[in-house]
Amino acid sequence: MRKETGRVLTAISLIVLFLLLWWAERHLDPYLRRILNLIAINIIWAVTFTLIYGYTGQFSLGHAGFIAIGAYVTALLTLAPAQKEQSFFLSPCIWPLSTIQWPFLPSLIVAALLAGVLGLLIGIPSLQLRGDYMALVTLGFAEVIRVINMNLQSITNGSLGLKGIPAYTSLFWSWGCAIFTISIVWMLGHSSYGRAFKAIREDEIAAETTGVSIFYHKLMAFTIAALLTGLGGGLFANLISTIDPNLFSFLLSYQVVTIVVLGGVGSITGNVLASIIYVSLFELLRPIDQPMTFGSITIPGCPGMRMVMFSIVFLLVILFYRRGLMGSNEFSWRWLLSKLQPIFRRERQEG
Amino acid sequence: MMILKTDGLSKHFGGLIAVSDFNVKIEKGELVGLIGPNGSGKTTIFNVITGLYKPTAGRIYFDGKEITRLRPDKITALGIARTFQNIRLFSELSVLDNVRVGYHLRLRSSPFAAALGLPTYRREEGEITQNSLRLLEVVGLADVAQEQAGSLPYGQQRKLEIARALATRPKLLLLDEPAAGMNPEEIRELMAFIHRIMDEFDLTVFLIEHQMRLIMGICPRIFVLDHGVTIAEGMPEEIQSNPRVIEAYLGVEEEE
Repeated sequence: MRKETGRVLTAISLIVLFLLLWWAERHLDPYLRRILNLIAINIIWAVTFTLIYGYTGQFSLGHAGFIAIGAYVTALLTLAPAQKEQSFFLSPCIWPLSTIQWPFLPSLIVAALLAGVLGLLIGIPSLQLRGDYMALVTLGFAEVIRVINMNLQSITNGSLGLKGIPAYTSLFWSWGCAIFTISIVWMLGHSSYGRAFKAIREDEIAAETTGVSIFYHKLMAFTIAALLTGLGGGLFANLISTIDPNLFSFLLSYQVVTIVVLGGVGSITGNVLASIIYVSLFELLRPIDQPMTFGSITIPGCPGMRMVMFSIVFLLVILFYRRGLMGSNEFSWRWLLSKLQPIFRRERQEG
Repeated sequence: MMILKTDGLSKHFGGLIAVSDFNVKIEKGELVGLIGPNGSGKTTIFNVITGLYKPTAGRIYFDGKEITRLRPDKITALGIARTFQNIRLFSELSVLDNVRVGYHLRLRSSPFAAALGLPTYRREEGEITQNSLRLLEVVGLADVAQEQAGSLPYGQQRKLEIARALATRPKLLLLDEPAAGMNPEEIRELMAFIHRIMDEFDLTVFLIEHQMRLIMGICPRIFVLDHGVTIAEGMPEEIQSNPRVIEAYLGVEEEE
């Protein structure tokens, strides 16, 4: 198979995807559209986690922090001044935030850039550490961001949260950004920089003596990941339209880790598949939260029962299927065509 | 022309003196050996020269420039490459990618150019791949370029490690026990290989060896280390007849 064939196939499938999205945007009910949007946003988060952990080997639990920054920035920039005045009743929103209302695109860009700057600032101290220590420090930073959001009453409206955020996030926005994120991370991951990231993951000492500047590359991966995670956060806020600090607790970081481990660490294809499966399961398992009756035993309804199922799935994956759905393999047209070839051949013989 | 010079180099780990007052001068194009019994501080010297350890005292000059407290990647960029005693490859990456990592430090394209796949980056990537394949050809690994590095047999892993080091375009190559675990036939082959790459890449080689007999045959000049102290320096014949060397080294070997 030639390189051009792959490119053409990729272009065609992108067009098909956008036609499908266009159809979905017009004909699907809001509930299903919301699920599709959430899938795309989770893909963004999972792919950025892959850049930090799957490629560069740095275990970060700070995703919730970057998501929160992205979400709050777009929320505050896109919220109507009247809505702000209404929401901020404990202490009024500070000027100039109280008066501005931006369109979605510049808000998203500012959100992503701010998350990137924050990633840089958090990365500088935390990337000096390795393994579990790095995970703990990033987890701590994400918690710090949550607590700050909780207490900056006149900027974030504290624990009251923000309401009435315009629902700008459509399927085009969310999937467009997901594809943008995938292509950036994919291209970077398969470039010379990506090889440097993976060299660091494999053996820091060997990477260093082969001329790879460890800290610079770790920081680069971390900052780019933070930036794109913030982008996902912005889409998230303008999708769910109500946010409060506790939405961005460490549980959100764990959700991203769960998706990545399910899909296979280091595989973008795995990230996409696992995001689809995770978000769909999350909805399909809704009945579990309801009261259930098995013969004479009645289990009272309990919100969060679904999470127990996820824990069980997660445990099973770790115990029996450690490499996740995809391991570190990626989808390729070559692979698909080689799978399809025998089928076509059989048809031709039968015909 | 002097390529490497150390001035009273010492490394202590707490109370343990791993290396004390090590002075070496290596001319361009030389092949110099460093021998000594286990634990005599040979690898520590390499680790200090390549910047992995900070020296306790002393200075290191490379190619007329002081490199004493530089970061390992900066030192590599200046032109010192090394291999490791217990092979350190990027095992999950392909053989080709292992070598391509070696070219990364000379990459001029920015991460943006790489992420967007701009033509300037693609041209560089093409050059890197071609050069890497040529290098694999030189070391005889071209036909396993797509294999995973960790799956190669031991001897090929050693060669790949040397190829990766060569990719950084070194002036000085530090080889840490390149012949470990090889049989006499393989060792002869390795020595021919080292001479060949020295000519081809205009290299100076500083090499650690543990077996006395082996190093005698190939290195015109040898340093002998015992408990971190340089006990002898000179041509193989001088070393062989040096009573301190015999006491510290050959004497032990005879008992075995």
